[in-house]
Amino acid sequence: MQAVTYQRAFTVSEAIDLLREGGETARVLAGGTDLIVQARERKRNVNRFIDIKHIPEVMGVSYSASEGLNIGAATPLYQVYADNDVKTHYPAIVEAASVIGGTAIQGRASLGGNLCNSSPAGDSLTADMVLGAVAHIAGPNGERDVAVTEFFTGPGANVLDLGEFVVNIHFPAPAAGSGAAWQRFIPRNEMDIAVVNCGSYLVLSGDIVTDARIALGAVAATPIMVPVAAEALIGKPLTDETIAAAAAASSETATPIDDMRGSIRQRKHLCGVLTERTLRIAAELARA
Amino acid sequence: MSKIVINTTINEETREFLADERDSLLDALRERIDLMGSKEGCNNGNCGACSVILDGRLVNSCLVMAAEVDGAEVTTVEGLASTEELHPLQQTFLEDAALQCGICTPGFLVASKALLDQNTNPSEEEIRWWLAGNLCRCTGYDKIIRAVQHAAERINSGT
Repeated sequence: MQAVTYQRAFTVSEAIDLLREGGETARVLAGGTDLIVQARERKRNVNRFIDIKHIPEVMGVSYSASEGLNIGAATPLYQVYADNDVKTHYPAIVEAASVIGGTAIQGRASLGGNLCNSSPAGDSLTADMVLGAVAHIAGPNGERDVAVTEFFTGPGANVLDLGEFVVNIHFPAPAAGSGAAWQRFIPRNEMDIAVVNCGSYLVLSGDIVTDARIALGAVAATPIMVPVAAEALIGKPLTDETIAAAAAASSETATPIDDMRGSIRQRKHLCGVLTERTLRIAAELARA
Repeated sequence: MSKIVINTTINEETREFLADERDSLLDALRERIDLMGSKEGCNNGNCGACSVILDGRLVNSCLVMAAEVDGAEVTTVEGLASTEELHPLQQTFLEDAALQCGICTPGFLVASKALLDQNTNPSEEEIRWWLAGNLCRCTGYDKIIRAVQHAAERINSGT
C-alpha cells in the first residue's frame, strides 16, 4: 500500500474538516472491505483514511412507526440484519445484507460503504431502491438528502461531491398493505457477486396493486429501477398474467453485458425469474 | 515514514507497539509483534486465513488498518490455548484430522471460536454458512465441520 495517514473523526463536522484538509485523495473509512483492497491494489489513489466509525450518527439502527428506519452509514451488516425492527419491518434489507460476503466481511462491511462503492452489482442497493431509501449526506456546503434511486452516475461513480460523505440511510415507514422482497442469483450458495439481483415492492388493496417498484442490479452501468415493470402491475389485480407481464418487462429493460459471471441471455432470463419470485414473496408479505 | 503508537489488548494482554501507518492489522500482528499465527492468503478478504476477533466480532485482519485497533481488543489464534492445554477446537481439529497443509487452520480455528462463543450448539448448516468465508483446498471441509461439532459437544458437556 502507498503511504497513508490515518485519522479518526469523532463528529460529523470534524470529518468534514478532515476531508477538506485531505482533498481529493482523502477517503472516508467505514468497514474498509472495499476501500482497503482498492487502496492496496492501487485502484484508488488514497493518501488519507478518515475513520468515521467513532461518530455516533454513523453507527447504529433506530426505528419508529412514525419516522421509519435510520441506519448509520457505517453500521456493520451483522448489526443491521440482527436488528429486530429491521427483521420485522424490512425483511428485504435482511435478505440482501446477510448475503454480502461471509461472516468476517459482515463484521465490518456497511450499507453506507456498499452505497458509496456504487458497484452496479452491489447487493443492498436494489433493496434500498425499492424501499424508497434516502441517503443523508454531509459536506462542506451543508447537508442534503438524495434518494438512492438518484445516487448512482456510473460504475463506481455517484453524486457525492468532493468532501461529502453519507451519514445515514433513511427508510420510510412501511405503508399499510405493503411488502418487499429481494433475491439474487449466484452459481454457488454463498460468497459470490451477483449475476443478477432484484428487489420488488408492492402495495396491495384487496387484490389490486396500488403501488409497485422493481429494481435490478448487475444488468446495467448502475443498479436500475424498472418503471415499465411497475406499470404492468399498478391498478391491476395481481395475477399470474400481470406478474408475467412485469417479469417480461424486466427482461426487456435490462441491458447487461457478457462477462465471466454470466451471459447477456442468461442475465436477461434471470431478470424475469427474479422479478417473478420476488413479486410473489412481496405479495405474501403484503397480505400478511 | 513516521511510525504510530498503538495501544491495544491482544489475547487479554495489553500491548503497546509501533506500526507503520499503512500497516494492516495482519501486517502489524506478524511483522511488529511477531504473532505469526494469522496467515496471509489472499490479502483481499476472500480466504479467511487472517481471521481474528476484533471487539468480539470475527473480521479479516487484512481488511483492518492497524491504526483502527488502538483502544480495541483483539483475539488471534495464539489466544486460544491456555498454557496448560489446547482449546477444545484445536484438540478436535487434531483428532478429526481437520487439517492437511495447515495454512487455513488458524483462520478456521478463530472463525469457529467466534461461532461457538455466540452459539454453543450450531447446526451443520449454521457452521457451513458461518465458515463460508474461510477457504480450505485440502480437506474438502467435511472433517472441519465435524471437528467444530465435536468441539461444541465437548464444550457443552464440560469435558
